[in-house]
Amino acid sequence: MTHDGRHRREIGMTVNGEPRSAVAEDRVSLADFLRHGLGLTGTHLGCEHGVCGACTVIVDGQAVRGCLMLAVQAEGADVRTVEGLAADDGALSPLQQAFMDHHGLQCGFCTPGILMTLSAHLPQNPDAAEAEIRELLSGNICRCTGYETIVQAALTALRSAGETAR
Amino acid sequence: MTGQAFVGQSIKRLEDPDLLRGRGQFVDDIALPGLLEAAFVRSPFAHARFSAIDVTQALEVPGVVAVFTAVDLPPELHGKRILLQVPNPAITCPVTQEPLASEEVCFVGEAVAVVIADTRHAAEDGAERVVVDWEPLGAVGHCEAALEIDAPPVHSAMGDNVAARFSLGYGDVDTAFRSAAHVFRERYDVHRGTGNPMECRGIVASYDRADGSFRVWTSTQTPHNARRALVDMFGMAEDRIRVMTPDVGGGFGPKNQMYPEEIVIPAVARLLERPVKWIEDRREHFLTTTQERDQVWEMQAAVDDDGKIQAIRGSLIHDAGAYLPWGTIMPYISASTLPGPYIIPAYKLDITVAFTSMVPTTPLRGAGRPQAVFVMERLLDLIARELKLDPAEVRDRNFIPAEAMPYEMGLTYRDGAPVIYDSGDYPEAQRRALERAGYGDFRARQEAARAEGRYIGIGIGNYVEGTGLGPFEGATVRVLSSGRVAIYSGAAATGQATRTMLSQVCADELGITPDDVDVVLGDTGVIARGAGTYASRITVNAGSSVRSAATQVRGKLLALAAAKFEVSPDALELADGEVRITGEQGDRISFAELARMTSGMPGFVLPKGVAPDLEASGYFTPQQATYSNGCHVAEVEVDPETGLVRILKYTVVHDCGTVVNPMLVDGQVQGGVAHGVGNALLERMVYDEDANPLTASFADYLMPTAETVPGCDIVHMESPTPLNPLGAKGAGEGGTIPAPAAIIAAVENALEPFGVRIATAPVTPQQIVQLIAETQQDKQEQRETA
Repeated sequence: MTHDGRHRREIGMTVNGEPRSAVAEDRVSLADFLRHGLGLTGTHLGCEHGVCGACTVIVDGQAVRGCLMLAVQAEGADVRTVEGLAADDGALSPLQQAFMDHHGLQCGFCTPGILMTLSAHLPQNPDAAEAEIRELLSGNICRCTGYETIVQAALTALRSAGETAR
Repeated sequence: MTGQAFVGQSIKRLEDPDLLRGRGQFVDDIALPGLLEAAFVRSPFAHARFSAIDVTQALEVPGVVAVFTAVDLPPELHGKRILLQVPNPAITCPVTQEPLASEEVCFVGEAVAVVIADTRHAAEDGAERVVVDWEPLGAVGHCEAALEIDAPPVHSAMGDNVAARFSLGYGDVDTAFRSAAHVFRERYDVHRGTGNPMECRGIVASYDRADGSFRVWTSTQTPHNARRALVDMFGMAEDRIRVMTPDVGGGFGPKNQMYPEEIVIPAVARLLERPVKWIEDRREHFLTTTQERDQVWEMQAAVDDDGKIQAIRGSLIHDAGAYLPWGTIMPYISASTLPGPYIIPAYKLDITVAFTSMVPTTPLRGAGRPQAVFVMERLLDLIARELKLDPAEVRDRNFIPAEAMPYEMGLTYRDGAPVIYDSGDYPEAQRRALERAGYGDFRARQEAARAEGRYIGIGIGNYVEGTGLGPFEGATVRVLSSGRVAIYSGAAATGQATRTMLSQVCADELGITPDDVDVVLGDTGVIARGAGTYASRITVNAGSSVRSAATQVRGKLLALAAAKFEVSPDALELADGEVRITGEQGDRISFAELARMTSGMPGFVLPKGVAPDLEASGYFTPQQATYSNGCHVAEVEVDPETGLVRILKYTVVHDCGTVVNPMLVDGQVQGGVAHGVGNALLERMVYDEDANPLTASFADYLMPTAETVPGCDIVHMESPTPLNPLGAKGAGEGGTIPAPAAIIAAVENALEPFGVRIATAPVTPQQIVQLIAETQQDKQEQRETA
């Protein structure tokens, strides 16, 4: 508790492999903490009630809605965000490249959440067919694309991952 | 020339690398030192008066800096309302919103105060503690109810709720109806939906007392119009207000106008001398961002024995909502879109625009056209059913033939010019769509499915869409001293990849590649005038302006190099960022060197007739709209138990003239269809009788998802328009416009064995189950009576 009665504390976590920390109120969501506490504005907020999926990030390997989790709950966790997808030299990941090749984004606002949803789930579902990809994506709303190019990008990324594994 | 034409190619988007890496700069990503946050106090009533507003408790909340009501805003705002976008003499009461309501609120969510704090959390805590002394008044939750004789007035100063009345039409309708072999009648109801871009609205404003200037970043489709509204409101000089659009997370129409928050936030930033930010949350979006589509049509078609339409007449009630920010253009567009690709010898529509106690309506992807196309296509299906003709055949018999182009319909469009379809082949579009959709053997497939107890159906939607409206869009093209080429335009992008499209047009003209082009959009500081991104107009307008400006720059490059090499410009060519002497080795000069020569180098004398700086501006000013067209065919399966509709196959034939980037146009069409799927089957903004919104979250208002939207089979036809140098027409809305017509026709067709008729959009699973139950009950009653 600080002098004005607001509950604030230092919150630390590993973000994209780096230890990061900032002071935030207890009631701040993980998404707001990443954006405004740590300046990682790639994670976007679309509805703040857990439906649209734009704020999806990966916490300890699981895709979570950054708007439904408090930052304090992620204390000490391993968090991955869209900023961590590209290689250190800036090269796009195969999934990001597939989105570019297939026109998988238009305004790009929902895209970080979709990339993180797919990044969390595709490695566990290397043989996913189109219907499974569509089911997986049904928790992410995109108003621009009509989804088809996102689905094609995901399938392409899966295939290229499969080839790399072989 | 490089010999490479980038126009026509599916160039990858210049926008993608930053957006994919999470490096986009959306309005909520803008961080300024000392930034404060805002939360608005909004009306919980659809209509109320208020007297006292008590802010004392709010000011005690830790972090709250200030609270402002209407009287606390700068004096020049007092008594002012936001500029009406499109005035029209038919409007009886041209009322727009105040920045903060001063004594009366007319829809749920209208703002009466704003709380400013060091964090959004604190601002919201403060907003909860503002006490308003409300006096609730009568409200109306539907446009038909608004016109009833005893309806409470939406604005208490008004005698009734009529915002405007007008008629549109041509030809001798009454004679045609008197002599018609058949007259068919139907009533159609289309309902409100939302824009719901994934990024809500938002604004950051800062005021610099040193030079008395504003900087405003706002998530808008129309930065220059935003400046126009701010200039009008604050009475300041244009050059003291700079409006910038950062990355915008979708628009779809509702971000194409000025909102109260966009006035209030700059005002309080000036009062506090601190930058202030407001980001709309999703609930506020449902309550306060404009919506569209509530219309009631009572229609009649006069038809001969062959199914040829002789005349159409009827009435349209359009729901304006509580204010008229965009005037009456949606019902006007609806009325002028109705005839579509068909020969309608005589036509008359009487239009009433009604105020209701709901958030205002303004153009939403399609802007009045989806309703009109739904009504026209449903009328054609009605004619087909009554005359026992195939729906495709009825359309064929009524199409405007390709030979009739250019075709003058007889109506005046909303830009004041006559409706003249410039190009297109409507019968061929349908023929190709039916072929791709497998229409020929569909009836056999349908029989086979029915034998298995499956209900499949097919539906057709044709449309003609006025696109590429003026008055203009501008572009400046400049060769930078680095040798790169910059484009500046007022055309703010909201996901269309406008930068990529413009860079393609520019690259072809200057013999460079799109990667050599930097595009700065939607910034009033870089170009004097702009209109904005709406009405499927940017490729036509901004694309043509870039073509024109780049052509002028090309002339300057050639003149300068010709003077330097002492040759005729005809002996030169542009390639790879250089000007060269054609066919010779050796003499060449880069754009970078030429740019440096003209940038004010001391002692250098410019060749006679060459103006300083390798820069030119173009403002393309189309004299009329270009008309895109298309045909959609939907095949669906309906589960009569649950009312669930699955789209099995969706075919689009689309003609937007010259396609600059096929990948991008496909994206616009596929995304547009998704919005149309929502309008057909899911998206219904529900208000109760007292105009309380009941679907103000994504849990209650269903958006199309990856599981409901099919991948479309998209075929481009290209009928270049003669009306602009690119031959392009608009492509941004055509995906949405006919989709509800096609999908709902398919649902009705699937349910033919039940005798279900659908004259409403959207049609949700609950409604489908109910419609089936009603027809079964009717049949039961008929049997009992017999």
